[in-house]
Amino acid sequence: MTKSSAQYGSRLTAALQADRGGRLFLGTLIVVSAIVPLLNLLPSPASALHLSNYTVTLIGKYMTYAMLAIAVDLIWGYCGILSLGHGAFFALGGYAMGMYLMRQIGTRGVYGNPILPDFMVFLNWKELPWFWEGFNAFPYALLMIVLVPGMLALVFGFLAFRSRVSGVYLSIITQALTYALMLAFFRNDMGFGGNNGFTDFKDILGFSLQSSATRITLFLVTALSLGACYVLCRLIIASRAGRVIQAIRDAENRARFIGYRVESYKLWLFVLSAVLSGIAGALYVPQVGIINPSEFSPANSIEIVIWVAIGGRGTLYGAVVGAFLVNYAKTYFTDALPSMWLYALGTLFVVVTLFLPRGVVGAISGREFFRRRALRT
Amino acid sequence: MRTALDRLTSRSRSAKPAPRAALDASHGVILYLEDITVSFDGFRALNALTLYVEVGELRCIIGPNGAGKTTMMDVITGKTRPDTGSAWFGQTVDLLALSEPQIAQSGIGRKFQKPTVFENHSVFENLELAMAGPKTVWKWLAAQTTAEQVDHIDRVLQTIGLTERRLDIAGALSHGQKQWLEIGMLLMQDPQLLLVDEPVAGMTPQEVERTAELLVSLAGKHSVIVVEHDMEFVRSIARTVTVLHEGSVLAQGSIDEVQADARVQQVYLGE
Repeated sequence: MTKSSAQYGSRLTAALQADRGGRLFLGTLIVVSAIVPLLNLLPSPASALHLSNYTVTLIGKYMTYAMLAIAVDLIWGYCGILSLGHGAFFALGGYAMGMYLMRQIGTRGVYGNPILPDFMVFLNWKELPWFWEGFNAFPYALLMIVLVPGMLALVFGFLAFRSRVSGVYLSIITQALTYALMLAFFRNDMGFGGNNGFTDFKDILGFSLQSSATRITLFLVTALSLGACYVLCRLIIASRAGRVIQAIRDAENRARFIGYRVESYKLWLFVLSAVLSGIAGALYVPQVGIINPSEFSPANSIEIVIWVAIGGRGTLYGAVVGAFLVNYAKTYFTDALPSMWLYALGTLFVVVTLFLPRGVVGAISGREFFRRRALRT
Repeated sequence: MRTALDRLTSRSRSAKPAPRAALDASHGVILYLEDITVSFDGFRALNALTLYVEVGELRCIIGPNGAGKTTMMDVITGKTRPDTGSAWFGQTVDLLALSEPQIAQSGIGRKFQKPTVFENHSVFENLELAMAGPKTVWKWLAAQTTAEQVDHIDRVLQTIGLTERRLDIAGALSHGQKQWLEIGMLLMQDPQLLLVDEPVAGMTPQEVERTAELLVSLAGKHSVIVVEHDMEFVRSIARTVTVLHEGSVLAQGSIDEVQADARVQQVYLGE
């Protein structure tokens, strides 16, 4: 155990040594997670240094998006699997967390029913549907946050990769997947609150979601998850399996004919990516306070891909940069010039595709971002 | 779970990979193709093709375009399933029951017509990825390259003459060097049988000469099948030449015998 953990420690050091952008990102993440809580809690609300709860939550939300973007970059940037339906896994993780939060409301709901969430009382349902059982327990909800997106990705990926569906065709069926889920979740009789989804959450593990302390804790848990997600993906990419994954991206048939089960590698990576997306979604919901079927909308999933493309595909940290840049711009535009946002996003995408083919981080660093240097001698 | 996952994603009809040690070529023949027919929309790419290759042999396959050379390679490596016929690797390995990765792991290496290497990886990494072994995700996540494996890679680098390009990105190699790297990748798997599709297309005369030496040096230790158009090159390496035409064997023998054959002349000159 100690031997293998030492081994992984040294691998981590080696992987980060070759990853300048990653060190910069992790350093920034540590600084931000130290400063943001301090500025929120210490200065008086009137002070210019004070960070409002709104801002803390906003950064927390961006960090969940960044996790989602890393998950997409992992499969798209490194394995060439362009998923235009990753919002579905994010939303499923979010719904699983939402179900837990709904059941925590208990008698504090409008109808005061101790078991049934409000929307079920409203629909005249008499008992809890079977798939809602267990969600009052947090560990069970955690399990579902991982299992539901993971199992969906396993079944979907198994069928798609085994039939060797790839390229544009795969992208299209991932769109169909998230669209189908959106339509299903819009239906009231699915038992997920129809088009209103879930909202009005009260507390998580007994702590009020409105309190600063809970918000800061959620913020820190999100930052930690984002960092862990980054390190995990970096370790995978730097391993020999990671080199196979990139080899599959560059020459799939060659990989197959030197004896790799390309489908296994793709499926494994796809499932992992879906699980990371689900975790990101689960962190998103308690901070934002709402989850509804619009999270499944195909446009959302396309937007994730745009974040990655703008930030710089195949770098992991580029995905983080893209997620923050685009979402900050979105927050700004939807406030200042609401009608302009989609035009701005479209323009940004076109400009980046034409002039910065390796995204913002590729333009900054200038070169060699797609290649990992061979350091061994 | 892991093996179940691997099994699920494999397209093979048999669950286990062919055991590597079991290759039995005790009758002196490493590859048996018998009565193989492949049709695409009514066009017979292979027509009752029967072909045997001996252990350690360097065999050249020639034939006009559309003679079925590449389809034959596809059948041997599991890319195409024939309509009828049988394909055996040694006495015991039924190639028609295995998937592409299983066939590769059982000891058949294939070089594509267009040089295909992993362009974003270094030359060393290309060879490392091609190493024989259980290539599952879980094993490879934790895999460390041992000193022994580095030695093996260095020996292959020597064989293919790319020792000095060891740490260069494969995409930066010349066309000929990529061809050699790809042959090196096959060698990393210690294949008993090498399939080499048009190795000298687009090469300079020096590169052609170097490739001929390389292939001749490989024969003996491995059985090698070379598909080639360049008759000069075939003459320089081949002991036995098989001429394919319209999906079956038209003639077989030494290069001189084959070139003297009236039917071969007719096919090639179109008289």
